[in-house]
Amino acid sequence: MKNHDENGLQEQLRQALPPVNAELPPRDLWPMMQRRLNAKAEQPSAKAFSGWAVFDGALLAGLVTLVVIFPASIPLLLYYL
Amino acid sequence: MGNEVSDVLHDFRHGSADRFEAAFETLFQMHQRAVYGWILRITRNPAAAEELVVESFWRIHQARTRFDPMQGFEGWARRIATRAALDWLRSAKREAVVSLELCTEPAAPASVDPAINAEIRSKTALAFGRLPPKLRIAATLAVIEELPHKEVAEALGISVTAVKVRIFRALRLLRKDLEKQGIRP
Repeated sequence: MKNHDENGLQEQLRQALPPVNAELPPRDLWPMMQRRLNAKAEQPSAKAFSGWAVFDGALLAGLVTLVVIFPASIPLLLYYL
Repeated sequence: MGNEVSDVLHDFRHGSADRFEAAFETLFQMHQRAVYGWILRITRNPAAAEELVVESFWRIHQARTRFDPMQGFEGWARRIATRAALDWLRSAKREAVVSLELCTEPAAPASVDPAINAEIRSKTALAFGRLPPKLRIAATLAVIEELPHKEVAEALGISVTAVKVRIFRALRLLRKDLEKQGIRP
């Protein structure tokens, strides 16, 4: 009886949602794919960006430390800037 | 032909940047139809299926180092496409989508059971759309599309037993939902 109910529910489901037979995309999707690949290639890499941010921060921190410890280095730094 | 395909797969996995890109395009052209058809079966939404083909191949493009040529490309691509479709189903409430286009198209006259009227069909489709995506995807492929459990298991990356459990749970939840609405299958 339970098995019969189960089959009935499955049949009802197939009636409600008939199987999809379409196998073909309506158009060639390669141009869409190319746009996606190009868009990603043009974006600056987040990893590279964060790498540069860390490097810049470390350089700035080093300069500030240098200036605090050796205030006499300020004229020298200004000269090279 | 066999050698050509294996060369393409080798270039995809191990080729230089130029050869990799050429191999990727070849694989896209070879498999886009199959991937589209597979995703359409899961989402039942042609526009989403197009987007998800691109998303799936984007993931494939990014995951080349994890590709094992010995395992074949088609199954690997299908697993990635299935995950992309599952993410899409999870990303928002999709029950409304399920009732659109493909679902509301009348079935072929010969296949329509007169005992199951349009209202019941509509309520069943909506109740099915409310199922958790993991259960819905298993039931869609195994019950609606009538694919072998083994094929469904491979696409979902789970065991055949797990597929059977998901189908059982999906049908149980569907039955409960329908019974709450006064529909007894």
